Amino acid sequence: MHLHHSPDAPAAVSADAHRPDGSRRALRIGLGGPVGSGKTATVAALCRELRDKLSLAVVTNDIYTREDAEFLLRNAVLPPERIQAVETGACPHTAIRDDISANLEAVEELEDTVGPLDLILVESGGDNLTATFSKGLVDAQIFVIDVAGGDDIPRKGGPGVTTADLLIVNKTDLAPYVGSDLERMARDAKEQRGDLPVLFTSLTGPQGVAPVADWVRGQLAAWTG
Amino acid sequence: MTRSALLVLADGRFPAGGHAHSGGAEAAVAAGRIRDAATLEAFCRGRLHTTGLTSAALAAAAAHGHDPAKLDEAADARTPSPALRAAARRLGRQLMRAARAAWPGPELDALAQAFPKGAHQPVVLGTAARSAGLAPLDAGYAVAYETVGGPATAVVRLLGLDPFQATAVLARLAPEMDAVAERAAAAARGPVDELPAASAPLLDITAEAHAGWPVRLFAS
Repeated sequence: MHLHHSPDAPAAVSADAHRPDGSRRALRIGLGGPVGSGKTATVAALCRELRDKLSLAVVTNDIYTREDAEFLLRNAVLPPERIQAVETGACPHTAIRDDISANLEAVEELEDTVGPLDLILVESGGDNLTATFSKGLVDAQIFVIDVAGGDDIPRKGGPGVTTADLLIVNKTDLAPYVGSDLERMARDAKEQRGDLPVLFTSLTGPQGVAPVADWVRGQLAAWTG
Repeated sequence: MTRSALLVLADGRFPAGGHAHSGGAEAAVAAGRIRDAATLEAFCRGRLHTTGLTSAALAAAAAHGHDPAKLDEAADARTPSPALRAAARRLGRQLMRAARAAWPGPELDALAQAFPKGAHQPVVLGTAARSAGLAPLDAGYAVAYETVGGPATAVVRLLGLDPFQATAVLARLAPEMDAVAERAAAAARGPVDELPAASAPLLDITAEAHAGWPVRLFAS
């Protein structure tokens, strides 16, 4: 809880980089994207890759309560007290953009109960191409799409594809089976995003989530540096 | 005071976490008690005159300037369901964040400090109204409206109910919302122990069951 800021500093109620005790809070990275594109699998893989060096926690925003949280628990990627599920009242994009209060509570509770934390991953419920995170909730956001959802998604654009700090095109191993043209996706993404980064991933491939983990480490270095 | 502040406070888009709560409507839909606009109206009317009145009076009393700690105790005494007490405190804490950003003031700060885990939502709402320069009657209006507005929005999502019909339900209930707000404001002028204690036992019972559902769309 923020109990000690002065009332004339309303920004302190959400996006402030410091906790009430003056310490720097954890970096918060949001992961959004359509249903089934691999958000939860990416979060699980990131936890496995980063948990030995970093103090981590995850907030999930399920459409149906706790599905994603339970997936993470079953796969034991983090101890249960480091995973919190937020209910979204059938509107996952509202909970990460228009009314972020439940998510803010979840991240603050995690810092209070299992902190100090280096990084909190906030996973949105599967949504559509317009879903983006509020800057009051996260410091950076990743948008996850996959090759099987259609290779025209980067061309279609939308706020997630166009403005996310990182675009992940996941499940590249499936491209030959679903007739997706990866080069076309890369070209379209470049056109939509300019210099913003795009990563092509296959969580089952030899590289796995490593390129994403490297990007996260870069964000973290910039946050703490 | 500015009357427009009431519109800001009562707006469903006010970012205080309410969108994730159905006010018992999700359980009522699952039980078949809400099926269409007519049954939604009956549900909302029942909620308005029971827990709605009780909450509106608590909010009006907070806006009047009664001791919020005493009002919070009164709210606890009037909320038999542990699940609903938890939801009210959670919503109170979420409303506190938005209210302190919108209408910062020493009374909100003091209340936040006294209840770090959240005071009951109507108590926070009344204190927020006070901080916004609004009257007890305004706080009563805000609570009366959200008492029926929350379930109506939830039912549009749950049943795919025609949104025009849902809004017409709210419009038909407007005179009764006025009456509840006025009763709340009148009660706020009296002592805290004599505030209304109307309740809806079925809402308490279904809230307890709903809190244990493994799969649900709304937090309450």
